[in-house]
Amino acid sequence: MSEIRFTHDHEWVHLIDGVATIGITDHAQQALGDIVFVELPQPGREVAAGEAIAVVESVKAASDIYAPVAGRVTEVNAELTADPALVNREPASGGWFFKLVPADLAAIAALMDEAAYAAFVETL
Amino acid sequence: MTNMQTDPPVQQTPLAALHAALGGRMVPFAGWSLPVQYPAGIIAEHRQCRERAALFDVSHMGQFSLHGPGAAEALETVAVGELAGLRDGRQRYSLFTSDSGGILDDLMVARLGETLHLIVNASRADHDFAHLQAHLPASVPLRRHPDRALLALQGPLAVKALARLCPAAASMTFMAIAALDIAGIACLVTRSGYTGEDGFEISVPGGDAEALARRLLAEPEVAPAGLGARDSLRLEAGLPLWGHDIDELTTPIEAGLTWALGKRRRMAWDFPGAAAIRDQLDNGAPRRLVGLLPEGRAPVRAGTMLVADDGSAAGTVTSGTFSPTCDAPIAMAYLRRDLAGDGVAVSAMLRGKPVPAHVAPLPFVPHRYAR
Repeated sequence: MSEIRFTHDHEWVHLIDGVATIGITDHAQQALGDIVFVELPQPGREVAAGEAIAVVESVKAASDIYAPVAGRVTEVNAELTADPALVNREPASGGWFFKLVPADLAAIAALMDEAAYAAFVETL
Repeated sequence: MTNMQTDPPVQQTPLAALHAALGGRMVPFAGWSLPVQYPAGIIAEHRQCRERAALFDVSHMGQFSLHGPGAAEALETVAVGELAGLRDGRQRYSLFTSDSGGILDDLMVARLGETLHLIVNASRADHDFAHLQAHLPASVPLRRHPDRALLALQGPLAVKALARLCPAAASMTFMAIAALDIAGIACLVTRSGYTGEDGFEISVPGGDAEALARRLLAEPEVAPAGLGARDSLRLEAGLPLWGHDIDELTTPIEAGLTWALGKRRRMAWDFPGAAAIRDQLDNGAPRRLVGLLPEGRAPVRAGTMLVADDGSAAGTVTSGTFSPTCDAPIAMAYLRRDLAGDGVAVSAMLRGKPVPAHVAPLPFVPHRYAR
């Protein structure tokens, strides 16, 4: 089973075999501009839905990245530490931030699908 | 992801249509709508200015003029610096000071004949104009020039690009001012800027601004740059920004701007706040504006608290970013005077965690002015 969902905080959530990979959308990386630093959560950390667990910094400003759903962080993208601009180049693939095992898979299904997110971005 | 909304529309510069055509991302800044960046992005625009030439719209800056033989003497009653002795065709950095020695604004003053041309910060333009109106005698006419735009052409190749359209610009030296025609447009040109690079600031009638900007952008050395690059460039150059690194509560001594007071004025002590400023010069200021190099790669932003080795409060960061030239975070901060020496180690409290940092000389990137 594989599905991609989106949050109102401009994160994407890709669920594959019960593990969610989280990154920020192309819209988000464009809005942020050149990304120069990413701070990632500790693997193993239990996080609540909506909890700020990572930080992304552009030249201009710092922005929080939130856990889209509750769960346990299993892995982070170490490549971003050395090459934070990977988020600008490949927001939807190589620039992923972290993976987590959701406490409740239904919480992911409740997020926006691609069409709903596209409609949401149109309203901004 | 937060703070992705922008505020309601604000004043437009004469280059608003050009910014839209160039794909500028407009943000509100000091009551104006200005591009924070173009599609190239802040880092590319920053490098463009360090390596070639970048064109900035700085039309938000306040442009004033004072006229008549007593203008400079009158200005000296509210501002520091050797202004009465400013020669025809020269420009100088100055400060409006308060009676308690605080910095009300920083400004550029240039003399052309019997006219003094002032450039002040956008965020302070209304304040400064009212302040001058209240303090200048009626014999010194004061004018504001909202009808004029201001373009900054900055970078090592700025002179090459501008000289193609205006050969006389090449013979100007740093901090010179001249009335010059550029591509047939009457302009007021200074050889100065806010990036640490050689370059020019060009005051132009608003109606001619887009034509001039397009003409400059057509030169192969030149590309547009926005406020984002302007901020990272000035911070690398160690140049303070009013409202961040200097304000009414900081003095010229604390800000490391003692040089701007002027020798004669430091003998006469005849500017607002002179007593307080003199006391700090004689007895030391309680804090100093310093350069700060945080370890690691995380930017340390304005407002970050600094802690000394013994755990005591050391000061506060006033500007901070990631430096494209240094490929590292850089910051400016006020530090307690016993800590304000090159190499002194402090900790920046970043999201609750201490990040080691040390005091470094300013500027972070050497100035390359056409002296």
